[in-house]
Amino acid sequence: MRHLKILEYALSSLLRRKYRNISLIAVYALTIAILASVLFLTYSLKLEASHILIDTPDLIVQRLSAGRHDLIPMEYVKTISEIPGVGSAVPRYWGYYYDSLSHSNYTLIGIDGDIPGLSLLEGRMPSAPRECVIGAGVGSMRIVGTGDTLALINSMNTGVVFHITGTFRSVSNILTNDLIVMSSKDLVQFFDLPAGRATDIAVTIHNPNEVATIAGKIRTAHSDTRPITKSEILRTYDAVFNWRSGIMLTIFSSALIAFCILAWDKATGISAEEKHEIGILKAIGWDTADILELKFWEGIVISLTSFLLGLIAAYIHVFFLNATILSPVIKGWSVLFPAFRLTPYIDIYQIFVLAFLTVTPYVASTIIPSWKTAITDPENVMRS
Amino acid sequence: MRKHKFFLGFTFLELLFLSTLFLYSRSTVSILNRDEVPAKRELVRYLKLTDLSLWTEARYTRHPSQADIFTPFQDFPSSLEHFPAGSIIGPESIVLQTAITPGRP
Amino acid sequence: MDSLIRTENVTKIYNPRKPDEVRALESATLNIDKGEVVVLKGPSGSGKTTLLSLIGCMGRPTSGRIVVDGRDIAKLPERFLTLIRRRTFGFIFQQFNLIRNVSVLENILLPLYPVDISFADMRLRGEKILEDLNIRDRMNTKVNKLSGGEQQRVAIARALINGPEIIIADEPTAHLDRKLSTDLLRILQDLNVSGKTIVIATHDPFVYDHPFIKRIVEMRDGRIQDIRLT
Repeated sequence: MRHLKILEYALSSLLRRKYRNISLIAVYALTIAILASVLFLTYSLKLEASHILIDTPDLIVQRLSAGRHDLIPMEYVKTISEIPGVGSAVPRYWGYYYDSLSHSNYTLIGIDGDIPGLSLLEGRMPSAPRECVIGAGVGSMRIVGTGDTLALINSMNTGVVFHITGTFRSVSNILTNDLIVMSSKDLVQFFDLPAGRATDIAVTIHNPNEVATIAGKIRTAHSDTRPITKSEILRTYDAVFNWRSGIMLTIFSSALIAFCILAWDKATGISAEEKHEIGILKAIGWDTADILELKFWEGIVISLTSFLLGLIAAYIHVFFLNATILSPVIKGWSVLFPAFRLTPYIDIYQIFVLAFLTVTPYVASTIIPSWKTAITDPENVMRS
Repeated sequence: MRKHKFFLGFTFLELLFLSTLFLYSRSTVSILNRDEVPAKRELVRYLKLTDLSLWTEARYTRHPSQADIFTPFQDFPSSLEHFPAGSIIGPESIVLQTAITPGRP
Repeated sequence: MDSLIRTENVTKIYNPRKPDEVRALESATLNIDKGEVVVLKGPSGSGKTTLLSLIGCMGRPTSGRIVVDGRDIAKLPERFLTLIRRRTFGFIFQQFNLIRNVSVLENILLPLYPVDISFADMRLRGEKILEDLNIRDRMNTKVNKLSGGEQQRVAIARALINGPEIIIADEPTAHLDRKLSTDLLRILQDLNVSGKTIVIATHDPFVYDHPFIKRIVEMRDGRIQDIRLT
């Protein structure tokens, strides 16, 4: 009962400076919303990447020439296939296409053989020359769809018309937004790739524990190659969406710095009015523990309310509004940024860390400045 | 003398709302894992994809897993980072190592 | 008869062994019996406020003993000191020391917040005291909107809310006109009649010459010069 009454007094005390404290909650909640939005967004993308890229090839073998990614000879496919432990080595044909009409970059992928009906494809995969399947982003940029034609300019500066046999569903945008899939033969012709060369080689390995060993053997056999393992691919996205890097770090630290300034302003001292009030309370029978509990409640009311409101705002912003405010930051200059709904993966550990990092310092910065006054004998009140 | 009731009630509602959101997350995630994730994995498998289609500004932002440490500088040896998305992608861990591990390309 | 309050050679030094050391009180010995009305009389700097605050458990003496209701308060931990202060004493300060922008009711209930009684009981007690002092109709008014006389009553109400045995008043008439001073002394007299012990520090002759004052303790330069019955 005593605790509830002290809470009641704390609330009355905060309401005495209603507008100031409401503004404080608003700013504090906004800071937390930004921090939490960054955490939610990066964690969601990281987990999405780790869940769906798990089926990426065990090894991708690139060829480097003068430090640059170069086309790989088809002879390497045979050498690699013969390494014990290798399941298959298949050449990949792919490249980039700059569309001057829409100022966007597309990724062109060549495929071979029969691919069964994919559940995320509306239509069918290309089975004849000059047929292609496009991602939803390409379709919306060029305002085309299944059944339409798509004209692209090849490396000889000649227009090539493809018949669109299928469009990837928008739910797969995170993977397929900028893709144009055609037969490998069409792609080789389109880019005028030299005969006997592929972009790189996709390798499957029977035993996942042997990936590093086989990568080493490939490098030994062909010193101009650069094998990229599946774990490196997956780690890339761990690093990309790590909140400790790049712009995410900038946003995160700016918000954290703003928060520290807020807490520091509180911590640098209490006003004469507050000191006088504490003196009066002590004089009329409140002891040090009661005063500190009062300050604790004042800190908790502001920080907990802000934290919860900020967290709710961040969740709604990221998972219902698709991070509208942050998306210009993460989009960069990508003309063709996919419209996708983020999967609401939540890391409870991160939430608790955020709570600890934001609530605790604020409560401490409310209690500590009052400490000295709270432990002082109230006779000074008699002297004021 | 009702402020404490209002505050505790409001906080309880916030916590309840958050719990609902988290429960919604869990159920959405399990539905998506059941419905969408296998289909996306199928795409990755058949098209042999290695990267998400997020930043199409440059080659190394579109396929960060395929880029090596030189790629951002291929335009010019001392070319500074000029694609915004490049600042989101942190440096490869090798750059942060103090010693080179033999065998790493 | 054992005195209700007893001080034995009480000395208070502020900032000891420092350049700004002040010997505010020197070897003060005083007994106050239950039901007495005692005035500590003296000019500014005579040590009367210091003695009053020590008697009221607002601080500890540098040396000497202070016994209140049989307990040596100099030795008690802070928590117990606060408990005694809350239960035994009611304080009326020189400038009332009410919390601004807070209602009359909230101000007078302040001493009850850290006490284990329900909100409802607290409110009932507050309303009763306000009724007794004729300011119940101003219950929800903020104290900074009250007149001087009303603020005085609020200060008294707050001092009485815990049902204390001893009322401590420090220069209670310092900012009051003659009429309000008369009202105040009448209220204190009524409280004394109901059994309360009153200790007042003042240099106002209107107070120490009042007939209901039983004893005057003359102080000067931190020392008790004379104690006389009126």
